[in-house]
Amino acid sequence: MDRAARRRIGNSIFVVLCGIATLIALAFLALILWTLLTRGVGGIDAKIFTMDQPPPGSPGGLRNAIVGSIIMCALGMAIALVVGILAGTWLAEYGAGTRYGAVIRFLNDVLISAPSILIGLFVYELLVAPFHGFSALAGGVALAFLATPIVVRTTEDILSLQPGALREAGMALGASRAFVIRTIIWKSARTGLLTAGLLGFARISGETAPLLFTSLGNLNNNYSQLTQPMASLPTTIFQFALSAYDDWQRLAWVGALLIAVAVLTINIVGRALARETRP
Amino acid sequence: MASTALEAPRGAPPGHATGEIIFRSACLAAATLLMAALAGVIVSLFIGGLPAFRQFGFGFLTSTTWNPVTEVYGAAGPIAGTLVTAFLSLAIALPLALGVSVFLVEFCPARISRPIAIAVELLAGIPSIVYGMWGLFVLAPWFAAHVQLPIAMHATPGGWVDKLFAGTPNGANIFTASLILAIMILPYMAAVFRELFMTVPPQVREAAYGLGCTPFEVIRAVVIPYVRRGMIGVVMLGLGRALGETMAVTFIIGNAHGFPHSLFDSGSTIASTVANEFAEATSDMHTSALIALGFVLFVITFVVLAIARLLLREEKH
Repeated sequence: MDRAARRRIGNSIFVVLCGIATLIALAFLALILWTLLTRGVGGIDAKIFTMDQPPPGSPGGLRNAIVGSIIMCALGMAIALVVGILAGTWLAEYGAGTRYGAVIRFLNDVLISAPSILIGLFVYELLVAPFHGFSALAGGVALAFLATPIVVRTTEDILSLQPGALREAGMALGASRAFVIRTIIWKSARTGLLTAGLLGFARISGETAPLLFTSLGNLNNNYSQLTQPMASLPTTIFQFALSAYDDWQRLAWVGALLIAVAVLTINIVGRALARETRP
Repeated sequence: MASTALEAPRGAPPGHATGEIIFRSACLAAATLLMAALAGVIVSLFIGGLPAFRQFGFGFLTSTTWNPVTEVYGAAGPIAGTLVTAFLSLAIALPLALGVSVFLVEFCPARISRPIAIAVELLAGIPSIVYGMWGLFVLAPWFAAHVQLPIAMHATPGGWVDKLFAGTPNGANIFTASLILAIMILPYMAAVFRELFMTVPPQVREAAYGLGCTPFEVIRAVVIPYVRRGMIGVVMLGLGRALGETMAVTFIIGNAHGFPHSLFDSGSTIASTVANEFAEATSDMHTSALIALGFVLFVITFVVLAIARLLLREEKH
């Protein structure tokens, strides 16, 4: 066989192997989504949204877990948006090119991939152990620590894309930088900032590990007390899936489906918005 | 971007400079808070784990006894489980992720390349607890029936196959945990690889094609060398993910404390041990030992992630 033929064959083998890798990856992912749909859809009925989680053997739903998740995610996002947008603004507008800015950006990148269970342990030491009790508040703070780095990174990216002419125009009129950033740059980047929030939200809405030691979980309904343990969808799924009861396991599949659908939807909306904002 | 400080023009309204200072300080404070968060994690884990480190000394890292009843804690089992599952999952995911990203960037028709890339990226965001449930209820039973049992039945007792693959045939073991981890980090690594490959300038590629290279040769001799440092960065990022992944592993690793003796032995990782026991730990020493485990995990992942980020950051220019 001559050299050219050998090279051609080697190339074909490589192309086929790459294609097979792609098929394997897609097959696994399709398999997981298929399992979620087949085991989860059948269990969805009105009770899921109107009844609290039941003791084994009796009918019930996931209302308290869903509401608890929404409350703690909202709390986490409220903190993450304020801190994240301000910090991202500093990195893009004031700290760009400075040494301190480079350090913060690096640490933020490390925080993005830091294991969430460690953030949970940290918040346990910070808010649970000193006050002798698991609480929804601690859960929200743990989620805030996870969402903030993502908001920071996206905010910085989006603000850096805003044209310098906008800043120059504002400052030429005698406005301060802070005024230009608040009234012109943020406004021109508002869809991007919304994206930053959505990506952070998508990250935390399925988080389980940090909630296990901060908000714990709660069979009862106590939305009003942020200083008490609170149920959340992921911790309920964890508890129900590992239980020995069939009806609890069925509810866990419904919960897993709800979370997966929520995360995928938020991600898709976030990405669609992000594409729109790129100039 | 202009970064020179702008002084308030003469005759500007009062409060103009003050507002600037307040806003700027608020932004700086928020940025500094990120640093404080990371410092807070490491300090609090160290302080929390101190009693266990004091009590067991270096033996905490080398002893394989983990016994809450007698209050003796040694972390060698979970540490070994963490490292073995992380590297095994990397070994499975790396060739697949490379294949997927090369296929998407080089060979796939543009019309279907984009949807597949988006699908892969979306799946990287699916919560780990969902992967965990699938692993426990679908993968583990299948694995036990179609892989573990046949191997156990055909292996000569005492032979190397028997030793390497020994274990209760219930599908919850080190190997299936690594498989689930591999499935989880695969879409993530493929997405970053793809981004990296797209930074290679088309001229470089076209020059190689102009010399008569096949696509395989272009990738091997031009594309991969061009982004080599970044590729090591992606591998380290994937490793960092696999090391710290919690829920999926907790579902499927079998949660045995001892040192794993074979691939199909049940075991534990640092993250799974903490997730399983933390809320139920009753003694102070038990809690402290678990936090000390967290500290060990933090040190390992921090080093891995820091190297990954440094390599990837340099690659972007």
